Amino acid sequence: MSAVLEVKGLTVDIPVAAGDLHAVRGIDFSVEKGETLCIVGESGCGKSLTSLSIMGLLPKRAKIAAETMEFAGTDLLGMKEKELASIRGNRMAMIFQEPMTSLNPAYTIGNQLMEPYIRHKKASDKEARERAIYLLERVGITAAASRLSQYPHQLSGGLRQRVMIAMALMCDPELIIADEPTTALDVTIQAQILHLLAELRNEFNSALILITHDLGVVARVADKVAVMYAGKIVEAGTVEEIFRKPLHPYTQGLINCIPVPGKTARGSRLGSIPGIVPTLIGDIRGCSFRNRCAFAHDACDTADPYHSLAPGRGYRCTLDVATCEANAKELVSA
Amino acid sequence: MLVYTLKRLFIAFLVALTVSLITFSLTYVAGDPATAIAGEAATEADIEYIRELYGFDRPILIQYAEWFLNAMQGDFGQSFYFKLPVADILFERLPISMTLGVCAITFAISLSIPLGVLAAMRPNSFLDRLALGISVVGQAMPSFWFALMLIVIFAVWYPILPTTGSESWEHFILPTIVLGYYATPAIMRLTRTGMLEVLGSDYIRTARAKGLPQHVVLFKHALRNAVIPVVSLAAVQFGFMLGGSIVIESIFALHGAGYLAWESIGRNDLPVVQAVVLIFSLFYIVLTFLSDLLNAWLDPRIRVG
Repeated sequence: MSAVLEVKGLTVDIPVAAGDLHAVRGIDFSVEKGETLCIVGESGCGKSLTSLSIMGLLPKRAKIAAETMEFAGTDLLGMKEKELASIRGNRMAMIFQEPMTSLNPAYTIGNQLMEPYIRHKKASDKEARERAIYLLERVGITAAASRLSQYPHQLSGGLRQRVMIAMALMCDPELIIADEPTTALDVTIQAQILHLLAELRNEFNSALILITHDLGVVARVADKVAVMYAGKIVEAGTVEEIFRKPLHPYTQGLINCIPVPGKTARGSRLGSIPGIVPTLIGDIRGCSFRNRCAFAHDACDTADPYHSLAPGRGYRCTLDVATCEANAKELVSA
Repeated sequence: MLVYTLKRLFIAFLVALTVSLITFSLTYVAGDPATAIAGEAATEADIEYIRELYGFDRPILIQYAEWFLNAMQGDFGQSFYFKLPVADILFERLPISMTLGVCAITFAISLSIPLGVLAAMRPNSFLDRLALGISVVGQAMPSFWFALMLIVIFAVWYPILPTTGSESWEHFILPTIVLGYYATPAIMRLTRTGMLEVLGSDYIRTARAKGLPQHVVLFKHALRNAVIPVVSLAAVQFGFMLGGSIVIESIFALHGAGYLAWESIGRNDLPVVQAVVLIFSLFYIVLTFLSDLLNAWLDPRIRVG
């Protein structure tokens, strides 16, 4: 099966006063039809910039480069703005983190929903309207037809995020990128929205890239997982591999932070990873996690080799697989 | 929207009422009006006679009611100086000021909004600097000097435009440029600031993510939100321009309402001053009301309030 999106060696540099901020430092991933890839990491690890660079929505001053960045076999980086615009919102669509501010306050829901469909599919107002009503119903909004004339401020956050999802689906995209789609929502709504996303991905048979910092979200919907730290992918694998046998100390630390009912003792301290993410300005050598890693040794100062164990499975560490597996076992049994 | 309109209308009415009260009280601000009318050589009996003739001896509330009711019907009394109905004088002068005002605000808006948008699209670019330069010059240069420079260029060196009078549309070109340029900096800077803020907002990113072309993102999604404070500002400036500028009307010998007000103050011609102040205030009130409606149309969230 050919990948909907194939990315190799993607880097994003942002010029700042002190030099270049290496926000994304050579990452590889791919996602296929009907597949969900979760990119996990804490804030500032470069996951949002990764999604914006796929969409071609990076701020102008950001410098982007990649060995490969192909969408359905065509190179995205070589595209002119016009060609890219004809793909955006049409064959690939994005759902943003902030439903409260991501809709234009001055236009009705209907106007904003119909806009990309009319533009990309050369549809009539009537067709676009029908499509909008169908999708609003599909994302679980009642009285869909009457919602079209409402303004964003008349809807709750959960409803607005559903509208955003409907908007992303208007042109039946091959790739949907959702950047923290549930972070700004109530916990009860979060589960509904995730469920909806997973369901729609199956129904529309599109590829889904879900960007999140929440491992709970990952466990629910991911097929494949890429764990990002300081602009690099430190571990990649299927959701089972990541949760059952996390190899990178950072992934292990993340999983250790999740309380497990019945396992984590009441009143005990939750796991945490000490320290903060290092600055990514200027020359960076060695493993960027070493200052927070319990297993750090001299070799980490200069090297951070990537071990590819199987297609789509690997980790970036100076420790060998056996040691990492042993660490994982200890963690899982603890 | 209807409730909002009625609310605004009611507020506008209250403001108009207050303004009329203040305007009326102008009669007594400059001292005893009967003495003023009678002139310096008048005897005590003359003054008393005039006081009775003009009704200044009646209770003040009755005087106000009479003045207000008359003004509502377009009767502002007699000019002390011209001995003519104030309304006649005013309606001869107002069209000149209003033509100038409409031309000037049109000129100002059509120059400043595109410039503001362009400047915001590429902050700190050459274009942005140029727009900043234009606005700094406009802000710093006194309009009388700018007017004189234009006269020197277009009437003395290259005599292609008339400089005095209001007979043809050509007479309005130079005054329009001077008066309009004066309003340009504020509108342009406000447009630029508004656009910069809006262009950084999440919904603009959404619009881009939808694959909309640049002009749709800019003019449909961004400008409508950015222009809301500009509308209020432009309304106030338009009010100012409708009233006419004394300086500009004097230089170009456009005998408009602003010039009339200035003359009448000098002549102690109170009924004219009163009428001019009232009419100009009403301009502001109507314009503010209209800009409120326009803003409510632009931003549905305002309609709720």
